[in-house]
Amino acid sequence: MDIRTRIRKIREFIIERMIFLSAILSIIIVALIFAFLLKEGLSIFWRVPLSDFLFARNWYPISEPPQFGILPLILGSILVTAGAGIISIPIGIASALFIAEIAPRKTKEVMKAGIELLAAIPSVVIGFIGMITLGPLIKTIFNLPTGLTALSGSITLAFMAMPTIVSIAEDAITAVPRQYREAAIAMGATKWQTTWRIVAYAARPGMLAAVMLGIGRVIGETMAVMMVTGNAALIPHSFLQPVRTLTATVAAEMGETVQGGEHYAALFAIGIVLFIITFLINGAADIYLNKTKK
Amino acid sequence: MVETPTIKISIRNFSIHFGDTTALKGLNLDIHRNEIFTIIGPANSGKSSLLQSLNRLNDLNPVYKKTGTILIDNQDIDTIDVESLRTRVSIVFALPFPLPLSIFDNIAYGPRMHGIKNKSKLTEIVEKGLREAYLWDEVKDRLDSPAMNLSGGQQQRLCIARILAVEPEIIMFDEPTSGLDPISTARVEETLRILKERYTIILVTNNVAQAARVGDRTAFLLMGELIELNETKRLFTMAQDKRTDDYLTGKFG
Amino acid sequence: MNVQVKQKIAFSILFFCTLLVIIPVLVILVIIFAKGISAIDISFLTEMPTNGMTAGGIFPAILGTLYLVLGAILFAVPLGVLSAIYLVEYSRENILSRIVKLAIVNLAGVPSVVYGLFGLGIFVLFLGFGASILSGSLTLGIMILPVIITASREALESVPKSFRIVSLSLGASKWQTIRHSVLPHALPGILTGTILGLGRAAGETAPILFTVAAFYLPKLPTSLFDQTMALPYHLYVISTQVPGIPENVRYGTALVLLLLVLLLNLAAIILRYQFRKRKKW
Repeated sequence: MDIRTRIRKIREFIIERMIFLSAILSIIIVALIFAFLLKEGLSIFWRVPLSDFLFARNWYPISEPPQFGILPLILGSILVTAGAGIISIPIGIASALFIAEIAPRKTKEVMKAGIELLAAIPSVVIGFIGMITLGPLIKTIFNLPTGLTALSGSITLAFMAMPTIVSIAEDAITAVPRQYREAAIAMGATKWQTTWRIVAYAARPGMLAAVMLGIGRVIGETMAVMMVTGNAALIPHSFLQPVRTLTATVAAEMGETVQGGEHYAALFAIGIVLFIITFLINGAADIYLNKTKK
Repeated sequence: MVETPTIKISIRNFSIHFGDTTALKGLNLDIHRNEIFTIIGPANSGKSSLLQSLNRLNDLNPVYKKTGTILIDNQDIDTIDVESLRTRVSIVFALPFPLPLSIFDNIAYGPRMHGIKNKSKLTEIVEKGLREAYLWDEVKDRLDSPAMNLSGGQQQRLCIARILAVEPEIIMFDEPTSGLDPISTARVEETLRILKERYTIILVTNNVAQAARVGDRTAFLLMGELIELNETKRLFTMAQDKRTDDYLTGKFG
Repeated sequence: MNVQVKQKIAFSILFFCTLLVIIPVLVILVIIFAKGISAIDISFLTEMPTNGMTAGGIFPAILGTLYLVLGAILFAVPLGVLSAIYLVEYSRENILSRIVKLAIVNLAGVPSVVYGLFGLGIFVLFLGFGASILSGSLTLGIMILPVIITASREALESVPKSFRIVSLSLGASKWQTIRHSVLPHALPGILTGTILGLGRAAGETAPILFTVAAFYLPKLPTSLFDQTMALPYHLYVISTQVPGIPENVRYGTALVLLLLVLLLNLAAIILRYQFRKRKKW
């Protein structure tokens, strides 16, 4: 083997090692994220037992003595997420069915472009618009002292979940084999019966994955929710009260903490909770997505 | 007195498996230098699988397993560096696969990968390849136009020129005319006869008449087994095995 | 009820739902354009903020965002493309590639604020980069890594198998095949994904909150280790943290950010369209 070939082979060996390392990097990063959250956050559990951290009713991080119960934040997140889900799941699935099965070609392209556009708008811009337009609207309609409530958060987040839900559900619907539709039509079913009973039914796992990923997006959303929910870390009793979510708490309070202090560690511990929740949701959604592919 | 032919490729007890299916069973045969060795047989007889084992393209298939050995010039192909093996043992596929490049760049692709950068040297190689593949006169004025714009027959000859540019020893043709009209087919067959002077040629075809026209020796494969191997004339005139006879006379296949 | 009537009603409901998704998008765009356009002029785009951000321009925020996005891309594109090459060209269906894919899916789902925490923990504190452009870029880069990997994977997978076989059969090595017969044809797709990643990085706020963003810093950064203002954080600050900012300055800032992100997306869409039209196989 001549010397040029040998040099080329050595170079290629190095490149292929780098390719391998880059691939492993994703695994390393996931592990590092978890490790650093634990490193900075775990110390809170020496002071506050895990069960108190998760289920105590008071989040007063800067009073004396501080209280680190994230129950109000968890409930805030759940309330806002549930509201967003109630709005976005039916509307999102319906839109996906319309775009995939019913809309004529031109309409379909326009609508898909609109949804891509929505996905592209930065979260802080949506938060800004929600705060300025939706807030006052809700305040007037329900005659409230403030319009920045769980409801405003739910509506805002419902929109932010739409692109995820619609596009993934649409993929799942489009992936249903054409023979299913032809068979149903041949047996005399109407287009609507085919769409609803056959196509939607066959696309269930993919639509479930779409919903889960949409929910995952909502739970993790930070800026918009911080700007429209009013940020009161109290246990919510209704959709018309201000609430504060897990993500918003971290974003809003980290700037005021002392590095290595209890409050700082508590915020990282919230990060651990968020990481685990989204990890589980995305892992489960991935399983369903793989199911539809087969 | 016939002079003893030099053995170029020696296949010994060679079997191919893809997962649970067996594509080739215990094959033993020799291929001589500078002959056109044709392999005929119906679909799934293991012809193409054998070709792709000869230049180890089968290695890309994750479920591929083989037993036995293949020697080229008495050297086990597993001990040859795979890139130089594939340079020595070239393949022309059933479908012409021009790369989405110009005619010139298609033919210069191989030499460039082997480190030739000099423009005038490349020009020389490209011209030589195109002349040997009888394509030069048709394309010499448009070497920079996309190879995808050529007709099917021209594309197939382009693929032959592309292979000649890497100076192989053995050229394998995997049903090279299955997609071509009779005139293009005749041109490719003519090319084969001339190439035989300098290369060892293996031609896989499911066109029995083609084997009869160009082959020096012909092997008949059926379901992964070698049924019969003989000089083409003999095989076609006095087949020893009934199955060969049935296939040649069109009773199945 | 007649099945045809039923079908009409059902289709109308679905259509109405789709409008519910699309119309607010248009409303948002129209509001921001209508109210923000009056604030935008040359001085707004090129001058420093003054009077506690109530007047002047937003130049440092624009420049800061450009720096951050550039840094994120420099980090994420090479790694993302290489890792896509591994998944498409090298890996076989085994445990390792399954875990890599799962890791990528999960990276895509990690909340942006958690990326912020991670960036704070590893880059700002552990590696000692401080709150700086370097820390912010790396954090954003990690966040867009899954976007780049996914787009590059799709681009590589769309290159026909025959290109690889032909190249290998001519005696090219595996890497030569990837470098000369696969990557050039996947490049437009990779570029599209990269631009989408850029748009995403430009608009994100939470990952830069603790890693780089300065509340009010009316001077330009001079090194990788400087803090900087950034457009999305600036919009957050002037709309929630500081009272008395004129409305058109807020809308103007939102419009600039939106335009930046939308132009990037538009570029990606045009590129994708051109590429599909030109594709020869």
